[in-house]
Amino acid sequence: MIELLNVSRTFTVGDQQVAALRDINLRLDAGEYISIMGPSGSGKSTMLNMLGLLDRPSSGTYLLDGGNVTELNDEQQARVRREKIGFVFQSFHLVPRLTAAQNVELPMILAGIPVEERKARVQVLMQNYGLSDRADHKPDQLSGGQRQRVAIARATVMNPTVLLADEPTGNLDRNTGWEVLKLLEGLLEQGITLVVVTHDAEIGARAQRRIHMLDGRILSDEANQNDSK
Amino acid sequence: MKLADTIQFASGSLRGSPTRTLLMMLAMSIGVAAVVVLTALGEGARRYVIDQFSSLGTNLVIVLPGRTETAGIGPGLMSGQTPREITLEDAQALLRSHAVKQFAPLTVGSATLSRDALNREVVVLGSTSDLLEVRHMGIALGRFLPAGDINEATPVCVLGNQMKRELFGNEQAVGQWVRLGDRRFRVIGVLASQGESMGMRTDELVIIPVAAAHQLFNTSGLFRILIEAKSREHIEQVVRDAEAIMTERHGGERDVTVITQDAVLQTFDRILTALTMAVGGIAAISLAVAGVLIMNVMLIAVAQRVREIGLLKALGAPGRQIRNLFFAEAALLSGIGSIAGLALGYTGSFIIGQVYPMLPVSPPWWAVLAATMTALGTGILFSVWPARRAAKLDPVAALAGK
Repeated sequence: MIELLNVSRTFTVGDQQVAALRDINLRLDAGEYISIMGPSGSGKSTMLNMLGLLDRPSSGTYLLDGGNVTELNDEQQARVRREKIGFVFQSFHLVPRLTAAQNVELPMILAGIPVEERKARVQVLMQNYGLSDRADHKPDQLSGGQRQRVAIARATVMNPTVLLADEPTGNLDRNTGWEVLKLLEGLLEQGITLVVVTHDAEIGARAQRRIHMLDGRILSDEANQNDSK
Repeated sequence: MKLADTIQFASGSLRGSPTRTLLMMLAMSIGVAAVVVLTALGEGARRYVIDQFSSLGTNLVIVLPGRTETAGIGPGLMSGQTPREITLEDAQALLRSHAVKQFAPLTVGSATLSRDALNREVVVLGSTSDLLEVRHMGIALGRFLPAGDINEATPVCVLGNQMKRELFGNEQAVGQWVRLGDRRFRVIGVLASQGESMGMRTDELVIIPVAAAHQLFNTSGLFRILIEAKSREHIEQVVRDAEAIMTERHGGERDVTVITQDAVLQTFDRILTALTMAVGGIAAISLAVAGVLIMNVMLIAVAQRVREIGLLKALGAPGRQIRNLFFAEAALLSGIGSIAGLALGYTGSFIIGQVYPMLPVSPPWWAVLAATMTALGTGILFSVWPARRAAKLDPVAALAGK
């Protein structure tokens, strides 16, 4: 369902060409739990941005649900992001002036969903993630774990098919990190495809499929059927 | 994204940085207020001048003897004639026109006014009782010329305010006799002080019945006929009728000139309206400055909110939506700023009106409209660049805050 065909991405730094991704071929199936690991500068974040349509490949093709999304214009790509892709960031990226509930509502506002439906969906999600009593709090009144839960609620409110998490536990203490990770893994039961970028081997090992990257290339791609988390 | 949501989101961003928002609105409202107040002053000056003119008499049409010729030597000179004079009968004939409300003939001359040993050279005006109304004069003491037969040379006179003071001081003037040239006149009234109007100081005049003036100066021709039209709309017709009647009475020759007070007024009106517009235009420059300020602040806002823009893009906002959000912010800023400016401007105009009660200060509607439109226009125009910049941000770099 997601296919990268000979995807390369080069950046121009000064007068030098730096390759972040080199000729990547990758296929992700629906419902898979994938971790992408590697040292910093290995291209794992660029890979995630590429998968999330935040970045365009310098060459190669990206097929999402059979369609070539590299050729879409800005408006169409935004639509794909809105409807099929959810993001969870290391630094949460909540809008500080909006309350927790308003942050969760944001993707639906951008999508033009009617107010009543928005409110109903926000309420359900806040309840599911145990945030009902924090709905009217601003992000700076929330703990790190609560913030990341709000961010996950926001990422899933549009019922995406792919959830892309970039170091989702990076800014959290160990216990909170595990809780957040469990929450993300719980989404797998709904059939979501979960991609987690991390440099923490312990976290990466939990995924059924583990991709190691180095210098913009896929070093190893191991799937372990026996070890289901 | 729905319009209501766009506006709500934009106003949320504005509330997010209240100081900056307030300062922006202040700049915008000062610009709008400046336009409103300055044009109100200009408009006030225009109305003041027009009011002053109207105090000379309303809907005035003036008939004078002789035809103003601009093309070489007139026919009168060719045949050795002077223009035929306008007689009292001519003046009375004007009443045949239905557009004429009333008229006052004028004969002007100078004579020596004397009382006992005091004497002085004065301008003598011969007219009728209607002059009081036609020229909007006021009586301070006694009464004006009596109504009655226009040809009756009653030996009575009305003194200008200053003449009365010079001749009588604080003494009773009404009922006393004075001498004009070689004739005796009884003072029946004193004019209220009016100052200078139409180049004649009414304070220094002596007014006598027109027939008496004709005897005094040994003439039968009138200097002017002042006609008051029934209304502003009738002025045109009075001009046509007066020309037709005079031409008919003068044997088919058009040897009078008819002018309207309106023509003079319109000139002043045009000059002062142009002045008001110029002043308003200068004030509008401050609006343009406010627009540049908006651009500056929007650019800062884009820079400060770069992470938020990145997030919106990641959540699925296309560039167009982000551009609209910034447009909405600019429109809100300048819209609310304009409303505040209008309030400020009207308050300012009201205060000026209280301080200078003689000036009828009121902002003209076109200036108010223009100021609001300019404010909104510049606000949105100057946000185009920042909004486009925000829309074009690379989402990956923006999310990283770069």
